[in-house]
Amino acid sequence: MKLLRAPLQIEDIMELSMGDEVLVQGSIYAARDAAHKNMVQSLENGEGLPFDIEGQIIYYVGPCPAPPGKIIGSAGPTTSGRMDTYAHLLIAKGLKAMIGKGPRDQNVIEAMKKYGAVYLATVGGAGAYLARCIKDVETIAYPELGPESLLKMEVQDFPCVVAIDARGNDIYRLEKGAEVADD
Amino acid sequence: MRQIDVKQITQTVKEAVMQANISLPPDIIQALQEASDKESSPSARRFLKIILENTELAVQENMALCQDTGMVVVDVELGQEVIIQGGYLNEAINLGIREGYQQGFFRKSVVNDPFQRINTGDNTPAIVHCNLAEGDKLRITVLPKGAGSENMGQLSMLKPAQGINGVKDFILKVVRDAGGNPCPPIIAGVGVGGNMEKAALLAKRALLRPVNIRNSRNDLARLEEEMLKAVNELGIGPQGMGGNTTALAVNIEVYPTHIASLPVAVNLGCHSTRRVSVEI
Repeated sequence: MKLLRAPLQIEDIMELSMGDEVLVQGSIYAARDAAHKNMVQSLENGEGLPFDIEGQIIYYVGPCPAPPGKIIGSAGPTTSGRMDTYAHLLIAKGLKAMIGKGPRDQNVIEAMKKYGAVYLATVGGAGAYLARCIKDVETIAYPELGPESLLKMEVQDFPCVVAIDARGNDIYRLEKGAEVADD
Repeated sequence: MRQIDVKQITQTVKEAVMQANISLPPDIIQALQEASDKESSPSARRFLKIILENTELAVQENMALCQDTGMVVVDVELGQEVIIQGGYLNEAINLGIREGYQQGFFRKSVVNDPFQRINTGDNTPAIVHCNLAEGDKLRITVLPKGAGSENMGQLSMLKPAQGINGVKDFILKVVRDAGGNPCPPIIAGVGVGGNMEKAALLAKRALLRPVNIRNSRNDLARLEEEMLKAVNELGIGPQGMGGNTTALAVNIEVYPTHIASLPVAVNLGCHSTRRVSVEI
């Protein structure tokens, strides 16, 4: 089991291979559809992002409200494919890892290969379990988006599998006997 | 005639959505357990173990199983000897959802309009299907349906000449296209026959049947078993990680259709297909 903690360097990324089981530790940023739209609009307008994205990890999630006595409600991954339109630009700006569920399109994979980034899959539908791995939550932008606002989270032992590595090996497209790139 | 006050309907819906979002039906938990015992892929086994642990944690911690607490599908069977008193059925249902989602700390995932997309803030309105039935009872079934799986459904108006093989191919196509997106292990709800909207409704209704109950018609029960085997041979596996558990069940419902038609709809349910049915 590999441990992964941001900020990530290109060497950390290249050490990861499709199928590796990892536990994410420390700071990650939570964003889904609307927050991505806002971030990419800011970049296209020549403005900065609400956080320094270099070496960071984004988790595709829109949590439930926190019940009394808890810091967050159920918080499992959403379908990553909806963020495919936005991911390329963020990867080009230094994003090193994305956490979500389900396959990515070829444009995202090409950007991951070009700039060095990984895509981690976690367990869709395991919202209560994954909420327990989240130790702190802070809203850092777009509070008006409610469950879609941009959050900074501190996580501990957040379980993932490397679904697509920086060489473009893709667990979702793995056919029996397919060759795995290792250069 | 039997009178039922809308307040009772609101209370029933509220309790039903709160239970549904936290407590997974026992038939699904059992199927997940059996899948976990049989799964050959190590990553898939790890994910299934987390999914099973999640079902226990949600109940212990009184938390939603999944952050996507869905748009609520409400299936109503209204006995025709019932008179609803004190208000309107749909308003009573929506009020129950509003209160349940507030008290349960569930995510509000409904927007007011497909283009304006402003969150309604209370997870209403529900999608209500109401059918008249015999007798003086009111049965309400709630299905908080997540969009991850809902978005992966498809419908096709096949030619009658394509027959049962066309239906089999279509089911496999939908599951293959969906891949890891709908949170497998899935339940495939299949509606065959009727017309366009009837097939879609049958597919949704098929998801309400427990995974361990086969269609009462022998030929359809055999078809369900055959398709479950075929779907699991696709190798998509839990969360698309590969493995031999892609689906927990294929539930098929049929209806008479037009001489020129063979409609088929496939509505996918995730491993957290949450449903509660209550009779008033």
